[in-house]
Amino acid sequence: MTAPVLKVTGLTKSYGAIRAVDGVSFDVMPGEIFGVIGPNGSGKTTMFNSVLGQIKPDAGTIELHGHDITRLSPLELNRRGVGRTFQSLQVFGKMTVRDNLLVAAQEHRGTMAGRMFAPPDNGLGARVDELLDLFRIRNVAHRRAGSLSYGQQKLVDIAMAFMSDPDLVLLDEPCAGVNPALIARIGSLLEGLNRARRRSFIVIEHNMDFVQQLCHRVMVMVEGRVLAIGTPAEIRTNKQVLDAYLGN
Amino acid sequence: MRMRPRWLVAIAGSAVLLLVPPFLKGYGLYLLSYWLVFVIATMGLNLTVGYAGQASLGQAAFLGIGAYCVAIVMKAGLSFWLGLPLSGVLCFVVGLALGFPALRVQAIYLAFATLGFNVAVWLVMRNEEWLTGGTSGINDVGRPGLFGLSLEGNLAYYYLILAVASLLAALLWGLLRSPWGKAFTALRDNPIRAESLGVHVQAYTLLAFAIGASYAGVAGALFASLVQFVEPTPFHVGASFTMYLMVVVGGSGTFFGPVLGAVIGVLLPEWLRFAQGWYLVAFGVAVILLMLWLPEGLLGIPDRLRARSEARDAARDAAAHPEPP
Repeated sequence: MTAPVLKVTGLTKSYGAIRAVDGVSFDVMPGEIFGVIGPNGSGKTTMFNSVLGQIKPDAGTIELHGHDITRLSPLELNRRGVGRTFQSLQVFGKMTVRDNLLVAAQEHRGTMAGRMFAPPDNGLGARVDELLDLFRIRNVAHRRAGSLSYGQQKLVDIAMAFMSDPDLVLLDEPCAGVNPALIARIGSLLEGLNRARRRSFIVIEHNMDFVQQLCHRVMVMVEGRVLAIGTPAEIRTNKQVLDAYLGN
Repeated sequence: MRMRPRWLVAIAGSAVLLLVPPFLKGYGLYLLSYWLVFVIATMGLNLTVGYAGQASLGQAAFLGIGAYCVAIVMKAGLSFWLGLPLSGVLCFVVGLALGFPALRVQAIYLAFATLGFNVAVWLVMRNEEWLTGGTSGINDVGRPGLFGLSLEGNLAYYYLILAVASLLAALLWGLLRSPWGKAFTALRDNPIRAESLGVHVQAYTLLAFAIGASYAGVAGALFASLVQFVEPTPFHVGASFTMYLMVVVGGSGTFFGPVLGAVIGVLLPEWLRFAQGWYLVAFGVAVILLMLWLPEGLLGIPDRLRARSEARDAARDAAAHPEPP
């Protein structure tokens, strides 16, 4: 039997009297795109940030390839092959698009001392070109990221998460604020990346069409708890989910 | 290959710095040397503040540590050539230690922490007479020789400072173009995102302080032999504010910003001396006007033009490839 890439068990996080995440358990298999949906305030982002080391959980364990990563920092997680995007755009606005991509992977190459006077691209030029072409942003490679349209910045933001070729990528609302044409493009990009490299993704998203088309399994969270986990088809017809979240 | 205008200006400026000084008199040479010392110190501060985004009001303390280090070394009968690198190394180590508060506090709180450091160092310089000579300072700091050549003269010593400034500028240029430079900028723009991409935020924060401090240390060492008398006054917190001003006025986070900033901070007050008792008022007004019109500093002008051209490109792109609603 294949071991999961990520295994979360009994994850709990409270803020004062409010239990934002309450005993959440799930696992993500190699090559799987795992969707997380739920109403606002259901604890999706808190769960996300706990997995990513941004928040220290009160209880529960998180394992990556069988190793406990519960208390690791975002830096250590990144070094172990976990990439992420944030809910809001997080590009480095004053850097060029090319430099944004370079900085996203440079720390994975060589030693810190060796990088001190390494060439500007640190041997990552080909990888940058590959992603510039894949995300169709080569025409803006030398523009400052902050000067691009929201949609282009979104593509840069997502491309950055893939620069170091992580095993597991957590994407927080990749479709937020994006027009339908770009949503379709992001969907096919993620599908392509998943197929080509058999990497695993966790995607938080409110856009149900996007989730149902892209994800292999979906977890529904309500009030910090897991309401259901299943294939998109199962979730679509789950009575509890329909009552609590999807409605009619 | 088309050369960018700022590099043409830099080449022309370098030619002036090489060729004009032999025609200058003593005071002019002294002023130019003094300016170069501050260019070096503010290059370091620009790395800490401008590129890595760490508020530091302690640069004058490092300038002082460098100056006292070389003065004490030379008083002990040792060579300037030992004191010069020692100043840089000592300030690197102290800067590394000063970087630790930056791991816990940011912005104005960090500025106050570094300001407190400057005050503490200044008090040591003033009160620890056995080491620093107290308010009387250390007199007769000599100038070095090199391969049998005396650098005692003002012109020869000016060329030494110019050579050191050029070397340090080249090193900084290389550093900023390297992955380290991008890591510093990422740290300044968005430390949370930077960390999520594997940038060791703590290490780069400490290094930004340490390298910035070592530049001030070397500048201080050169300063000691330039003025040949070291006492606490030039290293008071006011000098740290002035250096911070130089970085901001020149263009924080721009490579040539400190060069222009030091012109404003060091040379402009001298040029305004025709206003006699009012010269500092005129200087203050000039700085206020500059900050009002150019909050991003003098080198913000080309950046503004570039941003305008990028906005035009973006509009052209949007017209050519409209995003569907």
